[in-house]
Amino acid sequence: MRTARSLVLISILLVGCTSAIAPPTPGPPDEYIENRGSDTLVNLALAWAELYQQEHPEVRISVSGGGSGVGITALLNGTVDIANASRQIKPEEAEQAQAHGIHPTEFVVARDAIAVIVHPDNPVGRLTLQQLSDIYSGRINNWSEVGGEDRPIVRLSRETNSGTHVYFLQVVVRLGQSDNHTLFSTDTLLLPSSEGIVNEVRQNPNAIGYDGLGYVPPDLKTIAVARGPGEVYVLPSAATVNDQTYPIARDLYMYTAGEPTGAVNAYLEWILGQEAQRVVGKLGFVPILRGAQP
Amino acid sequence: MNGEAGTPAARGQAAGRRPRRDWGEAIITRLIQLSGYSAVVFVGLIFFFLVREGLPALIEVPLRDLFGTRWYPIEGYFGVVPLLTGSLVVTGGAMAIAVPFGIGTAMFISEIAPRWAREVLKPLVELLGGLPSVVLGFLGILILSPYLRQLLDLPTGLTALAGSLLLGGIALPTIVSIAEDALDAVPRSYRDAALALGATPWQTMWGVTLPAARSGVLTAVLLGMGRAIGETMAVMMVTGNAPVLAVRLASIVSPVRTMTATIAAEMGEVASGSPHYHALFFIGMLLFVISLLVNVIASAVVFRQRSRAERVLS
Repeated sequence: MRTARSLVLISILLVGCTSAIAPPTPGPPDEYIENRGSDTLVNLALAWAELYQQEHPEVRISVSGGGSGVGITALLNGTVDIANASRQIKPEEAEQAQAHGIHPTEFVVARDAIAVIVHPDNPVGRLTLQQLSDIYSGRINNWSEVGGEDRPIVRLSRETNSGTHVYFLQVVVRLGQSDNHTLFSTDTLLLPSSEGIVNEVRQNPNAIGYDGLGYVPPDLKTIAVARGPGEVYVLPSAATVNDQTYPIARDLYMYTAGEPTGAVNAYLEWILGQEAQRVVGKLGFVPILRGAQP
Repeated sequence: MNGEAGTPAARGQAAGRRPRRDWGEAIITRLIQLSGYSAVVFVGLIFFFLVREGLPALIEVPLRDLFGTRWYPIEGYFGVVPLLTGSLVVTGGAMAIAVPFGIGTAMFISEIAPRWAREVLKPLVELLGGLPSVVLGFLGILILSPYLRQLLDLPTGLTALAGSLLLGGIALPTIVSIAEDALDAVPRSYRDAALALGATPWQTMWGVTLPAARSGVLTAVLLGMGRAIGETMAVMMVTGNAPVLAVRLASIVSPVRTMTATIAAEMGEVASGSPHYHALFFIGMLLFVISLLVNVIASAVVFRQRSRAERVLS
């Protein structure tokens, strides 16, 4: 009886071993993917890598941040397989790539949109980029100046170390002009979390805040934004971000050196698929709608 | 306790092994000595580390910018003055709340409350001291700051005042607990003498007991202040963190950014060795120097009072 049981046990163990060694799911990873770049993308890239490695134990992906420039430089030096970037490759970087004999291939892997939010009772529902810049730089201090009630404006922002803060500074406060050195007004409240901003906007009718589109709860009022006076005011949504009519949005990229092959190609294909794009939504970014690219 | 209550047999045994006991005692003495010195050594090491990481800020950032009025590190503005004033306003406000309430509560518990009430109140106050400050911060952000905004008709409730109220609450248990111990330690005979001379209970408390416990009460206030100025999480959640120069009277009801909140919010992401990193350590150095100053001044005051009291008595 006992021998029979131990025999069964041993055979189970043996089967376990053989299945571990068998080719379909090898134990030690034999494919390594190095992935470095944008700090905006780093959490998303980590989430992707984790999920992908669960499904494909034969692939080991290492993800690190450092900034878009760092990632692209590493790609040109051949130290990474995939570079993450929150901006397109710059002309001088492309030239460098040519000099290295590399043809970077671009993939739009997700989109990032910032929604401007106010209290639901605030009558102001639309602003131009210029008005937003004036509000955040301290030139407009009362809601009546932008067609609202006579109330002081309380500006809310994420902390300076957040990628969202930096992007908002460039695109909204500085209107995307590289020679513009406008700063946030000093009395801008810098809140350490998305939660903090949402909380204050929810209970304070004076407040204006911004956050990644995916983090905005439905009970707050989002502002429709126009690029300039006389242009259409657009509310942020997955559709308006994907057709690029909403002005405070950007694409997030991954670059490979030349056309990707093998494991890198499989990984990028997976990233553009439905399962990976669901993760995008969970992390506050906007998923890519296939076929909606202009 | 055990040593004094030792049985004759145990005492005889100890006497029989006298050399060994001396040896053990020597080790214990050394150990106690070592832990005493280690406090000094640790403070010294911490200060050394702060100076090593913070002083480069003086070289990397021009002095005029370092003591400028704008803090916006990602664009190279490292003015620490708004943060300094922010911390001072919040801590000052907290002490204005916590000192009178703290000493009052301590006097009530020690002098007025009946014995059973005292046995309930003191542990309760100490329990309050064990409350995590993040929890208080949550209450502050969800209840206190919206309430303050409506009550005082402010643009926002995330202000220095909200921070002061929370910090007052955080410093209060420390002050109550230590001040009550000090008041409790005043000999019964002082109170009896004052009452016998015809003083009312209030006169006894205010004119005799409190002055007699002065140094302990002052220690309580200082420890409470230390707790307040070093508190980070609750403050970061409710003060709004806007690096505004807080020098007007209205600053108490405006958002401010404290030194501790700045370090906590920015240290996680800063590149090690960058000017920003050194500037953050420089702020840490300032905090250290401030608490050192507070302690030195306090011990000087206590020492002067004690020596005067000794002169009067002798």
